This record gives sequence, C-alpha cells and structure tokens, in this order.
Amino acid sequence: MSVPDSDSLSLGAAFYRQFLRHGKALISSPADLVNPLLFFFMVITLFPLGLGPDPERLSQMAPGILWVVALLASLMVSGKLFASDFEDGSLEQLCLAPQPLAILALAEVLAHWLGTGFLLSMVSPLFAVLVGLPTQALPVLFMSLLLGSLCLTLIGAVGSALTVSIRRGGVLLSVIIIPLHVPVLLFGSTAVVEAARDGNPVSWLALLAALVLMSLALAPLAIGAALRISLDNG
Amino acid sequence: MWSFIHKLGSPPWFFRFSGNVVKWLLPVTIAVLFVGAFWGLLVAPPDYRQGNSYRIIYIHVPAAVVSLAGYYVMALAGAISLIWRIKMADIAMKAAAPVGAVLTGIALVTGAIWGKPTWGTWWVWDARITSMLILFFLYLGVVALFEAYENKAAAAKACAVLSLVGTVNIPIIYKSVDWWYSLHQPASIKFTGESAIDASMLYPLLLMITAFYGLFALVVMMNMRADLVWHHRQSSWVRQWAGFE
Repeated sequence: MSVPDSDSLSLGAAFYRQFLRHGKALISSPADLVNPLLFFFMVITLFPLGLGPDPERLSQMAPGILWVVALLASLMVSGKLFASDFEDGSLEQLCLAPQPLAILALAEVLAHWLGTGFLLSMVSPLFAVLVGLPTQALPVLFMSLLLGSLCLTLIGAVGSALTVSIRRGGVLLSVIIIPLHVPVLLFGSTAVVEAARDGNPVSWLALLAALVLMSLALAPLAIGAALRISLDNG
Repeated sequence: MWSFIHKLGSPPWFFRFSGNVVKWLLPVTIAVLFVGAFWGLLVAPPDYRQGNSYRIIYIHVPAAVVSLAGYYVMALAGAISLIWRIKMADIAMKAAAPVGAVLTGIALVTGAIWGKPTWGTWWVWDARITSMLILFFLYLGVVALFEAYENKAAAAKACAVLSLVGTVNIPIIYKSVDWWYSLHQPASIKFTGESAIDASMLYPLLLMITAFYGLFALVVMMNMRADLVWHHRQSSWVRQWAGFE
C-alpha cells in the first residue's frame, strides 16, 4: 500500500484518516466500548440499593441519577483518550504534521465520542427504565445525552490533554474537569426533569446545543495547546 | 509605557520595583484594613433585622469580590504567558492561584457562619453559594495541576490553558447555576442607581473591599518575590541583595 506524502494530504483527508485510525483502534478493543456501558449499568443499580426501592422516589430522582452517572462514565473514559498516542509516540508525529494539531485532535475526539458517549446515549433509555423514568421523557433523555456527552467529551479531552503526561493523572483529571462539567449537567438534567413533568424541555436542549457548538469551536484550540505542553513535560 | 511593561519582564528589575511597591502598599493596606474593620465592626449601626450578625459581610463580601477578580487576574497572567512567553507572567499566575483559593474558602466559610443565625442552616444550595463553591473547585484544580507536573515551566503553561478554559466557563457556570435555582436576595450594592444598603454601612464595606484588593496584590507580589529569589538563588543580583557578595 502506498502512503502519500503527508504534505500533500488535504486537511479533510488528514482529518478523515485520523478519525478512522482512532475508530479502528476502538473497534479492535471491544472492552473499551463495553466497559463504560457496564459501568453505567452497574452504578445505576447502586442507586436503588442505596436509596431504597420506592418507585415513586426513584422516578423523581431518575433524571439526576442518569445524568450524574453518565457524567462519571464520561470522566472515566476521557482519561484514556490520548494515553496510547502519548505512550507510543504518535502524538509527537501529530505535532510535527503540517496540518493543524487542533483539527487532527478533534478527529480523534469525535471518533472517541462515537465509541463512548454516542453509544451510551443510544442505550440510555434501557437503563432509564430501571430507575422508573417516565416514558414520555425517554426521547429527551436520549437527545440531552447525545448533545451533552459530546460536550462532556470535548471538555474532558482538554483535561485529558493536560494530564496525559502525568503518571496517575486519573483522579487529577476529575478534579480539574468536574467544575467545568457543571453547566452541561445542569442543562441536561433540567431538560429531562422538564420532560418528565410535561414541561418544556426545548429551551434546555437548545442551551445544550449552544454549549456543543461553543465547545466544538473552542475546545480543539485548548486541546492542541495542551497536547504540545504535555509533550514538553514528558 | 511600553518600556515599563518590558522592564516588568526582567526578574531583577521586577524584584526591585516590587520591593518598592510592597514598602508603601503594606502600611497603606494595613491602615485601610484597620480603619475599615474598626468602622464596620464597631462604629456602623446594627442592622434592624439581623442585629450584629450582619457584620460578617465586612469580611465575606470583600473576600468574595476579590476571589472572583483574582481568577481573572490569574487567567490574564496565563494568557500573557502563553502569548508573549513572559516568564514573569507564569510566576504571577502561580502566585495568584493559592491566594484566590484561600479567599474563596474564606467567603464560603464566613457565608456559612452568617447563614446559621440568619437562615437557621449552615448551607443552602442557592445560586450564588453554589457558584462560589464551583469557583473554589476551579482554583483547586489549577493548584492541583501545577503540583502534579514535574517540569514547572510546562506546569505553568498547562495551568494557563486550564485557567483560560475556566474563564470562558465562569460566566456560563454563573448563568446556569442562576437559572438552576435562586432563593438568594438580589445583589444589594449597585454602582449605578440607588443602593439598597445604607451609606453608614456602605462606606466601611467599600473600604474593606479596597483593603482586600490591596491585600491580594500584596500577598501575590510577596509570593512572586519569594519565588524569584528561590529561582535565581545562584545569580549575582540575589546574592548581592542577600548580602552574600
């Protein structure tokens, strides 16, 4: 297979290749795809065990429980985002590439999101039944998690880029990223709460969408800068 | 003007300049702090509903105001360090983070102490308290990230990125928390229009806010000076200053 000179690759082609490369890496290790879902499933199970099985109370708390657990699942996987690239040296190659690092990193983040946040929001209605979320709120839960997880992944990627050179950076990643996740959690869970009590969730979803657009525009810049700094450190 | 800014980037020059600033800022800040505290805690009239317990605002409000401003100072220093690669900005950012965190902590603790007699509870999840708590977390994140990096030059750059991301986020966090829930009384100091706080209580409060700004500048500067001396402990200007040469 002939590999064209990287200078001649257009930005779109480079983006696509980077996306495919990370996507293939995810598919080749199914555990990375399944484990976050298992984590989501199991932590959801802890809530009825800890709070008691009263269906009334559980369904009242369901939006918050589902969103908090989704946030934790996203935090858990963000740490791994750039780890393998950092270890095997491909991150240095990315930095040397003629294409802007921010765009290449964005391709990787999007592939990562498809394998984690997107999957999680697809299956979230199944788990929502476990905690008795009213049926009419299920579409909004899906939509809010779809938008919200993309936002969480983008912000998490900034944290991951900042901590990738640090040994045992996992807890540190949570410490620096959780405060930045607060607006996403508030908008997302409020949308589901509104839907569950037949209110108007659209404005909250619109706010989430605005957050997604903003982080799509700004987060790659921060990720690119952070990756270069991490390479300096490591 | 430009030559002044350029000079700020030179460690020996900044060390001498900040030494002079500290020399007059220290007594002025302490004087204002004493006058403000005396006026606020003893002279100002008691509140007709809250009695004397309201007086904690003379600590609480200045700490809260300066802690938020401190984050922007930190982020600005971070931006300067990333864009112009001035090392002094790194040192300023590193010096400001723990001071801001402590001020935020003071605001939270004094708020809780005030809440107990006034609202009958140490903690409520209202909009402003929650935002303050998240600001506290943002500060702690910057401090923790700095400590985790081995290479301190890279650490400062990483903290600069993090504090800039935080700066973009702060208005969103404030607004989102505000929409999420609000039972706090509306802000009572306004610089335009009529203020809801009486002048006899307002003036000492403004004095205390000024004093806290001075205190912040002073502690950050002294922090920076300590850092500079440590970094340049081998260089001749530090050895001269310490009297070794």
